[in-house]
Amino acid sequence: MGLLTGIVFLPLAASVLILLLPKDRPGATRWTALLASTATFVLSIGLLTGFRPDASMQFVEKVAWIESIGVDYHMGIDGISLFLVLLTTFLTPLVVLSSWRDIGEKVRAFHAMLLMLETGMLGAFVALDLFLFYIFWELMLIPMYILIGVWGGPRRVYAAVKFVLYTIVGSLLMLVAILALYFMAGGTTFNILELQQTVLSSGAQWWLFAAFGLAFAIKVPIWPLHTWLPDAHVEAPTAGSVILAGVLLKLGTYGFLRFAIPVFPEAAVSFQPILVALAVIGIIYGALVAMVQTDIKKLVAYSSVSHLGYVMLGLFSFNLEAFSGALYQMLNHGLSTGALFLLVGVLYERRHTRMIADYGGIARTVPLFTVAFLVVTFSSIGLPGLNGFVGEFLILVGAFGANRLAGILAALGVVLGACYMLWLTQRFLFGPMRNEENRSLKDLTAREGLVLVPILLLIVYMGVQPRPLLDRMEPALRAALAPVQAVAPTPESPETPLHGFLFGPDSTAAGSAAGEEPR
Amino acid sequence: MSGFVPGDLMSFGPILVLAGGGVLLVVIDALLGRRSGFPWSIPTLLVLALAVGTAVAQWSTPRSAGSLSWLLAIDRFALFVAVLVCVSAALTVVLSESYLRRIGRVRGEFYSLLLLSCSGMVLFAATNELITLFLALELLSIPVYILSGYLRDDLRSGEAAMKYFFLGALSSAVFLLGIAFIYGSTGTTNLLQVVQRGTETPGLLTGGVLLLLTGFLFKIASVPFHMWAPDVYEGAPTTVTAFMATAVKAAAFGALLRVIGLAPDLVGPIPLEKLLWWLAVLTMSVGNLAALTQSNVKRMLAYSSIAHAGYLLIAVTVYAGTGDAQALTGLLYYLIAYTLMTIGAFAFVVAFGDENLEMGSYGALGWRYPALGIGMSLFMISLAGIPPTAGFFGKYTIFRNAVDHGYVPLVVIAVLNSALSVAYYFRVMVTLYMRPASGEVKAGSGIAVGVVVAVCAVGVLWAGFGPDGWLPGVPTLLSWAQDSVLALR
Repeated sequence: MGLLTGIVFLPLAASVLILLLPKDRPGATRWTALLASTATFVLSIGLLTGFRPDASMQFVEKVAWIESIGVDYHMGIDGISLFLVLLTTFLTPLVVLSSWRDIGEKVRAFHAMLLMLETGMLGAFVALDLFLFYIFWELMLIPMYILIGVWGGPRRVYAAVKFVLYTIVGSLLMLVAILALYFMAGGTTFNILELQQTVLSSGAQWWLFAAFGLAFAIKVPIWPLHTWLPDAHVEAPTAGSVILAGVLLKLGTYGFLRFAIPVFPEAAVSFQPILVALAVIGIIYGALVAMVQTDIKKLVAYSSVSHLGYVMLGLFSFNLEAFSGALYQMLNHGLSTGALFLLVGVLYERRHTRMIADYGGIARTVPLFTVAFLVVTFSSIGLPGLNGFVGEFLILVGAFGANRLAGILAALGVVLGACYMLWLTQRFLFGPMRNEENRSLKDLTAREGLVLVPILLLIVYMGVQPRPLLDRMEPALRAALAPVQAVAPTPESPETPLHGFLFGPDSTAAGSAAGEEPR
Repeated sequence: MSGFVPGDLMSFGPILVLAGGGVLLVVIDALLGRRSGFPWSIPTLLVLALAVGTAVAQWSTPRSAGSLSWLLAIDRFALFVAVLVCVSAALTVVLSESYLRRIGRVRGEFYSLLLLSCSGMVLFAATNELITLFLALELLSIPVYILSGYLRDDLRSGEAAMKYFFLGALSSAVFLLGIAFIYGSTGTTNLLQVVQRGTETPGLLTGGVLLLLTGFLFKIASVPFHMWAPDVYEGAPTTVTAFMATAVKAAAFGALLRVIGLAPDLVGPIPLEKLLWWLAVLTMSVGNLAALTQSNVKRMLAYSSIAHAGYLLIAVTVYAGTGDAQALTGLLYYLIAYTLMTIGAFAFVVAFGDENLEMGSYGALGWRYPALGIGMSLFMISLAGIPPTAGFFGKYTIFRNAVDHGYVPLVVIAVLNSALSVAYYFRVMVTLYMRPASGEVKAGSGIAVGVVVAVCAVGVLWAGFGPDGWLPGVPTLLSWAQDSVLALR
């Protein structure tokens, strides 16, 4: 059994164990979940230390599973999936810890679902067999559905069902596309790496890209398919929101990066104008709608629509800066939005309201909370020195190179982003104390600090030291980019003054190197 | 037609065992009188086990029917259907044990009728001869009519039996008329000979085959011959409903496949494949749309079974259009999956009794009965076709073969239907876990229901995780299905 199998299935094993624990010992359940998810994280550190920064798939495990139809149990990671796996294993124990007091009922089921969800997400990130990928992709559906539907807010059932129906329509059409792709490639293998070598006619690529793209676009979600997201976020318990925003949405963008773009490069190029337009609309629309929200969770949900618009813009700019930025921004969004939901959850636990108007002027009563909230806010709006800046900067540089208008509009989105986030902090944290009940608000406890500090540290680290991450991402991103570059060489982007900071002096100018290795 | 050799009867052990067992139970019932506490399910299960045993024993080398081969087609396909029917009947028997006890109507005739019906089903899928086919149809139908009205003090049960009987009789008449047309046109009642001989009156033959197909479509409850299903499924005793939804459907599909393989050559100008294409689309769409609006669980499952017939018709369409018997692998695999998940779901319904059939009464039961709740959720997930369950893999195999032969639009319609079905299957889970409890609903049926739920749940997971033999030495369901369909060509 390899390391990846251990990482992916440890949470599932723990979730089965939890269901067998006695009902009247919630503490044992919580500790089991915490230990199992922490152990998963520790194991995944092994991936980081053993990772070679090249484009190859590593830690590969391949065993025949359903031989008669060519399905393998085939897993591996490269620079793209490595950090997404780490993000998942990093967030899960924090989420368990954050739910320590929040979840008082049905504790076993809650943790079992959470861990099952982790297995689904990890499996989807590391699967190199399309069939296996589909199984994991669907495996995520039910735990998330239960998490929202059982532990959610008043409209939880509506939100849960909406989430499921949106997702399932996309994923079932993807199943048809998987089958069609399988037969077009000769009907012998679901191996993603081999399928990438298949030469498909442009017509076939168009349809397949449309089907895969729809499934991923719903998951991202791209405007106008985003309407399930605010409902799901608002109704989900804190843990559900964090996982949803932090990891689940990344599966959509990961799907584009791993499958849709490299396997159907011609179609990706022909869809580029539409998707760039939708991404920019998403950026602006998400920001504008976020601005008028009265519910903090809803505001953060719409900010996710906006942020993932950047990721999509980066992916469909088809150059290395934008690709790196997109992947970096996926991690940033996971951390900063995850942290925002955690912080909102902290207050919700105390006051049972998420309305911005119910707060205000709490900075003096909860100074630690305020500091954490500000750091996350600054990360979210892309303040230099924090992680958000690196991602947004790279995306904007890449986008300008590919499509000037889109770049300008997206930059406008950055301004809007700063507006709604700063306005939020002003109404939420500062100003006069409007509500007397907030006078006795308690600041962060040690447990909550333990949840937030690692995220804050990472936010700062990724802001000042992007190189260790970018270096490991770069070869895999080049490989993912090569098929598109072969179809439509994109114009080089201008070399930026920050180039050395981001890519290092030894790295050949990233933009010009993009077409160099068509594999 | 050479002389009849009595020993040749042995070639079809399962039918003899089932029919003999049914008769034996009637005799025992008569000898014991009414008040005995005879454990009926035990001899019934033994008979079923024996029937499965004789079928399995013949699997590697099906015995030739010798002088009877004009009447019987004994091959792996027939044996496959026989085993499936017997398994479905066995699960029904275990389930009925607690069900009949709960309503206080443990009678021998229930079990003997069940066995007689089974013998008809096995025969139904094991013949190429039209008169035998008709006899089998009657033998399988009449006991089921009676079983539907088994709760004779219950108005709805009586209504169900009447409705099923009248419409069933009508379809039998249509079926018989079709046989008459075919015989009149070709002078033979053996389908293989019908194909060989050809005809001088092709119009009559076409009409005959279409009438014959109508009879099958009625039995599998395909649109537009599905109207009876919801009422009958709702009114019949719950375990009989489970039996009807699974075994009757499996047998009817078995017989249909024997005919449909030959039919394209017989129907002349009628575009059979197009017809089936539309039937598949209509059947799944009507089933799913109607199921969406149901609040009674039995009715919901009835419409869902119509929808599933639609998915199965996809494989039939592909088979009729291309003649590729491999396309039916998915159908047979799906029948296994469908049997397990449907009986499992009905087992859950049985557990909470006939008083609680409205969805609302299941509120929060998932928390009070964790094992039953997880089982039911699993069946719903499987019925919705979500991995890693048998329902997913069955659907996948059907879709796969259809895409392979270029039926992409049909598959797209089918997956959109699947997405639709998620809405009502997941509503069961919503009720079980996310709604408040309503009153005092209790699981009142001892261990038998638990056994059925457990067996079906393990089966659903087994067929979903390991369709291709992931345990060394265990024969795989998929290869059984593959071997079975090879017999058809």
